[in-house]
Amino acid sequence: MTILVIAEHTNAALAPATLNTVAAAAKIGGDIHVLVAGSACGAAADAASKIAGVAKVLVADNAAFAHQLPENVAPLVAELGKGYSHILAAATSNGKNILPRVAAALDVDQISEIIAVESADTFKRPIYAGNAIATVQSSAAVKVITVRATGFDPVAAEGGSAAVEAIGGAADAGKSAFVGEELAKSDRPELTAAKIVVSGGRGMQNGDNFKHLYALADKLGAAVGASRAAVDAGFVPNDMQVGQTGKIVAPQLYIAVGISGAIQHLAGMKDSKVIVAINKDEEAPIFQVADYGLVADLFEAVPELEKLV
Amino acid sequence: MNPFCEIAVEEAVRLKEKGVASEIVVVTIGPATAQEQLRTALALGADRAILVESADELNSLAVAKLLKAVVDKEQPQLVIMGKQAIDSDNNQTGQMLGALTGFGQGTFASKVEVAGDKVNVTREIDGGLQTVALSLPAIVTTDLRLNEPRYASLPNIMKAKKKPLETVTPGDLGVSTASTVKTLKVEAPATRSAGVKVKSVAELVEKLKNEAKVI
Repeated sequence: MTILVIAEHTNAALAPATLNTVAAAAKIGGDIHVLVAGSACGAAADAASKIAGVAKVLVADNAAFAHQLPENVAPLVAELGKGYSHILAAATSNGKNILPRVAAALDVDQISEIIAVESADTFKRPIYAGNAIATVQSSAAVKVITVRATGFDPVAAEGGSAAVEAIGGAADAGKSAFVGEELAKSDRPELTAAKIVVSGGRGMQNGDNFKHLYALADKLGAAVGASRAAVDAGFVPNDMQVGQTGKIVAPQLYIAVGISGAIQHLAGMKDSKVIVAINKDEEAPIFQVADYGLVADLFEAVPELEKLV
Repeated sequence: MNPFCEIAVEEAVRLKEKGVASEIVVVTIGPATAQEQLRTALALGADRAILVESADELNSLAVAKLLKAVVDKEQPQLVIMGKQAIDSDNNQTGQMLGALTGFGQGTFASKVEVAGDKVNVTREIDGGLQTVALSLPAIVTTDLRLNEPRYASLPNIMKAKKKPLETVTPGDLGVSTASTVKTLKVEAPATRSAGVKVKSVAELVEKLKNEAKVI
């Protein structure tokens, strides 16, 4: 049994979610190979070869793979994947974009966003916005799976010494082209990997007021998130959204400020170790999941909290 | 209707209102009662509907195969779908249809612009936004911020009852809906133990430091 893990990377560096995905592969058991498909992705491949527990790194370096366009990458993965028992990718926007295209090319069902491995063919995954956990079993010859990073503690990024092997394969399918991207710039930790997350909701009233959360976050070394209400109101960009349709986080500490706690938001953060809610409405549903709740005006409580931590 | 599918119907109607699209065909797969969702889409502006009637609960791959058969027959230039259904939370069908048809895919779209024989799709990705250009025919899956769906008016609901609705079966389409994945059980997630209300910020900080030890 050999498992193929699709690396999540920026060509120059490996994304942390790859380490959680390798951890899920290790739970399944068997040899683990990592595929790095990209353009000028040598640095990402080197990083992959150092991951603890990885037996081999396959590198497909081709201009067609530069921006991970699924029309180009999926045929490569599907062709390569035929020889493996499992194909795993992180349930990031990139993994979600590519892997179902791989599964259909292999004519197998995909299992999305697993949070636990029961055995080599049985997995647990949340459904209905995390309000139920399904145990599913796959009889597919190649099991195609995306992994929710917060369900698995990452393996060590150092300590391995896997062989690196260059491979050829599919290239530009001619169906799609990268036009451009606008990436949000932030010096704070990445939302899905942060140990502490401070999130704001509609109660922040406007984008300018998020400065109070940024000040608190900087003091705590935290990432800043938001509810859908705050994103839709234009307070902050969409990549900060935590929830069923945004990012799933499970930090040590989650501080929800001015967030009512709608079911879709809880789906993105209720596995946090400790949840703090600051809200002036004592009936807000967020208090039902909060370990520590403070009924207070956030515009007084947040600056005070920033001074005291 | 699944909220992401409402956004997909709305986008199709807007493309028709702009003169980009000439006809909107809505398709669903499910039991006979799924007709109601099709009538809703017709009331919102779709021209005709196809129900692939199947009483079985189908996985994404089976749905994608059935949609592939419909696409082969109808030859659309653009297929618009929701990015995920909020029951199974799979986020697979659009991408799978992409593989089966060989079309390019613009998933998690927050902006769609058709220009000649191409469509530019702005996508919501983890770090921000990405724009890709796809050759038509292509597949787009919708994200929440693509548009604000309209409501169906009463006259349009009445008119929708007269619009054509064709019913076919997976057998008619020659598609096998067998699955390699089965659900063994569904259970409630672990519940969190009830927390406490603190009286002041000072008490909160004290508890986070000494009790929870997270700061």
